[in-house]
Amino acid sequence: MPDRSTLLRVEHLRKVYESATGNVEAIGDISFTMNAGELVCIVGPSGCGKTTLLKCLAGLLRPTSGVVEMDGAPVTGPSPAMAVVFQEYGRSLYPWLTVRGNVELPLRHKKFSRAQREKLVTDALVAVGLDHAARSHPWQLSGGMQQRVAIARAIAYQPEVMIMDEPFAAVDAQTRADLEDLVRELHTSRNMSILFVTHDIDESVYLGERVLVLSKSPTWVQEDLAIDLPPTRDQITTRALPRFTELRTHVYDQIQRAKRGKTVDAQPAR
Amino acid sequence: MTKHPDRIAVAERTAGPDVARRPGVGSRIASSLGYSLGLPMLLLVVWGLLATRSTNRFFPDPLTIFEAFVDTWVGPAFVEDVLPSLYRLGLGITASIVVGIAAGTIIGLVQWLRELLEPLLEFFRAIPPPVLIPVVMLLLGITDTMKVVVIVSGAVWPILLNTIEGVRATDSVMTETAESFQVTWWERLWFLVLPAASPRIMAGVRQGLSVALILMVISEMFASSAGLGYRIAYFQRNYLIAEMWSGILLLGLVGVFLAVVFGIVERRVLRWYHGLREVNRA
Repeated sequence: MPDRSTLLRVEHLRKVYESATGNVEAIGDISFTMNAGELVCIVGPSGCGKTTLLKCLAGLLRPTSGVVEMDGAPVTGPSPAMAVVFQEYGRSLYPWLTVRGNVELPLRHKKFSRAQREKLVTDALVAVGLDHAARSHPWQLSGGMQQRVAIARAIAYQPEVMIMDEPFAAVDAQTRADLEDLVRELHTSRNMSILFVTHDIDESVYLGERVLVLSKSPTWVQEDLAIDLPPTRDQITTRALPRFTELRTHVYDQIQRAKRGKTVDAQPAR
Repeated sequence: MTKHPDRIAVAERTAGPDVARRPGVGSRIASSLGYSLGLPMLLLVVWGLLATRSTNRFFPDPLTIFEAFVDTWVGPAFVEDVLPSLYRLGLGITASIVVGIAAGTIIGLVQWLRELLEPLLEFFRAIPPPVLIPVVMLLLGITDTMKVVVIVSGAVWPILLNTIEGVRATDSVMTETAESFQVTWWERLWFLVLPAASPRIMAGVRQGLSVALILMVISEMFASSAGLGYRIAYFQRNYLIAEMWSGILLLGLVGVFLAVVFGIVERRVLRWYHGLREVNRA
């Protein structure tokens, strides 16, 4: 096992949106930690503030109260230790840049030599299987490939944690399976720490080493579930395991509970 | 992990440059030339026929105008009248584009500045620039600067307002992406804000060009002693009708020239935009 020190620590995070028509408490009280090299999935009922949580973690939103710590230092703004893969690849990739240009853009302000930068970009494109499309523009590619470009951009940035916000919600089922396997591969072969937000229960169980189930808004962590499936996963055999079915049923129950607003009487998954 | 090599190949093929290399390019060029020149030719012939039957001296036939064109504009008049006009036009357009995009970007990015200035800008835009000519003349004298200022005072508005609108409408997810990757301010300007606004900016420049041409002529009609506008007004007052028409013809040609240059630049700058739109339409 590689060193699994605490990477990300969230403590009593709370976010209230203030508006003229009244305050909306999006996040009630969320606490969890994530270790280096972990792949943690976050699921919750729709409208439970997943995106708000993610933006607070990435430093794009200021929490109302509470602490987000990365490597022991508080996160007060966007940090070079994190790279975000957004759900809307069509709006997060720049259509006037080529695939290579998109991956390269966040590296421009880092102090790399030209050769180093080129190498990082090429390496990231190879990792997602798009090295031959480097000179295309994003809109010339299918949706799944565009999301691969966004992932390559995150890889090339060399973050300590990659934060993914429902990245595969907009692609078809088969492409989605391929992309899920890509995420697993990046996690196992490159030992990347990944925080994966999704609304898909099966996806969270298939991908994660841990699944955090969120309650409905105002949100807290309803359950922190360890996924004890073998580390080598496969779309067919893993999903056919009885344990997979048990875990997904358990998460499903928890989400139903969360939707009904039942509170913390979470029994651990056996 | 190359699971979809065929799909990528398709994507590249449809958008690649070989689209234009289909057989029959020669005949396609010929037919497009036929389309673009056919109607002007027909109009010329109709004009010629009507002019020979008319006795109205304000309505000369095309051949007379063509002769007048050669006599009037080929020679010293080109250096004395046409080149200075084109020089001021070019200067005015360049200044309008630079000022319009620079000021528009700043106003578009700073919200309080935008709210402060927008009513004022609408007010200034609504003033027809020719009415400012006497005032500008008093302030700057009858100089080249005054004429360029008049051109800019009209041509800058569509560019400025379109740039403000384009910069303001930068997609929020694209901005958030730049923020999360800590892209620096200058990089954000160059790689995000300006390209994102470029379709609007180009639309503004297109409008600005025609306004600039009009104002070039008008600025030379007041208290001037050289220039295309001055010449045309001079011919009118002295009943040199064929010469006057030849000047109008020359203005039209300058307009066509501007449109062609603009088209070439626009195709380069907005190649991504047209490609994207084509993909979305398909």
